[in-house]
Amino acid sequence: MTTSISYLLTVNGVDYPVSGANHLSLLNAVRNQVGLTGTKEGCDDCECGACMMLLDGQPINSCSYLAAQAQGREITTVEGLSDGLDLGPLQQAILNAGGVQCGFCTPGMLISAKALLEENNSPSEEEIRIGLSGNLCRCTGYTNIVSAVQSLAAGGYDSEPESG
Amino acid sequence: MSAFTIATSIDEATALMAEGARVVAGGTDLVVGHRQGKAPLPEQVVAIDRIAELTGIAPMADSNAGSNGTNSSGVRIGALVTHADLMTDATVVGSYSALADGAALVGSPATRNAGTIGGNIMNGSPAMDTGSPLVVLGARFELVSARGTRVVEPGDLWTGPGETSAADDELLVACLLPPRPRSSGSAYVRLEYRRAMEIAVVGAAASIGLDDDGSLASIRVALTAVAPTILEVDGLDDLVGRAIDDQLLSAVAETARSQAVPISDLRASDEYRRHTVGVMAKRAVAAAAARARGEHLAVPVNRSVGIGASVSISGGSE
Repeated sequence: MTTSISYLLTVNGVDYPVSGANHLSLLNAVRNQVGLTGTKEGCDDCECGACMMLLDGQPINSCSYLAAQAQGREITTVEGLSDGLDLGPLQQAILNAGGVQCGFCTPGMLISAKALLEENNSPSEEEIRIGLSGNLCRCTGYTNIVSAVQSLAAGGYDSEPESG
Repeated sequence: MSAFTIATSIDEATALMAEGARVVAGGTDLVVGHRQGKAPLPEQVVAIDRIAELTGIAPMADSNAGSNGTNSSGVRIGALVTHADLMTDATVVGSYSALADGAALVGSPATRNAGTIGGNIMNGSPAMDTGSPLVVLGARFELVSARGTRVVEPGDLWTGPGETSAADDELLVACLLPPRPRSSGSAYVRLEYRRAMEIAVVGAAASIGLDDDGSLASIRVALTAVAPTILEVDGLDDLVGRAIDDQLLSAVAETARSQAVPISDLRASDEYRRHTVGVMAKRAVAAAAARARGEHLAVPVNRSVGIGASVSISGGSE
């Protein structure tokens, strides 16, 4: 038996207490203890990208990152892309483009797209495809997902949620 | 002692390692290895990702680099430098291009962002994309423990698939690259079935130096995923002095094939690996020579040599 350790995780700007073994993954901590289940577990093997979160603004596969290692860092999940009332611009764009089929890859796709657009607000199609290359869509609906990101890139992405 | 420590210095980390703790940086291999039961994490884990001494790519003094007939210094790459750093750093891209080529092919943006050069080296995979580049570039590795410091050659560190000669209490702190000779270039090429989230089917790195007349002055070639560890090709020095033409490239390919000892697995048969590693070796030498002549081949060079089709949403794929 491994000793349980306790610490705080800052998810979407709010501190949550977490405890568990030292090998508890960030994905399990956020889904099962923080209670934010927007992030999905796909392969649990660092292959599919369904579990993508931002750590200090950079995308990581949360299934393969120790929760305890994320102490003191800013964690952003798909829930953080909305203000809780209105959809954020990325969420609205993927809805408009019909980029959601079964929806399982969508949270990870949005996180990768967010990381890409924060770094480059008008990426080319090639840059979008590279930015999303760690996210698998088993419905193979890539075309509309790429279109959704392109629709934001065309106008120059602005991270602020749409007003009104 | 605590089950989880966030270390802030090399001394703190190595003191904990001496007591049996295991280190974690990006976690991309370790956390998966734990869950699969291949390599369970111990009672004590020490996070090293906030140790400032392990970060950065910096010039180093000539005395550390070894003399190479040039005035420029080599570089010291901290163990925490990520694949994303390596593929964009101007010094690595410009002077140690094969390493940038390899780093740019690893995983996805998320993997390259979390995964570190130190983790990649200590994971000891014969399929690691930074492995053959490090070998042809003459890298050495600095290991520190509470007992002292030692510097090892890649061939002395990697002892088998997933195995290294490092003791449990030794921490890899840096990768040391010697200065590059003038008129030199390097490249890493791999065979892949898809462009992202891929592990090398086979790969090859080459480092080439040219004489003033364009003939071969020096050559090193190393192979990926065709032996229990990264394999440096022997016996290429006979080619020095010759022109870099089709005959020379064929000789490199044949020599590479004759030394490869590949396995068959879900990615490829041994026969296919033996054949294609020759093709990769040939392409790596050609690309390294082109760079040595001053031609610009963007990182990763795989795309320039036609591996991985170009994609277009409007259907105009090549």
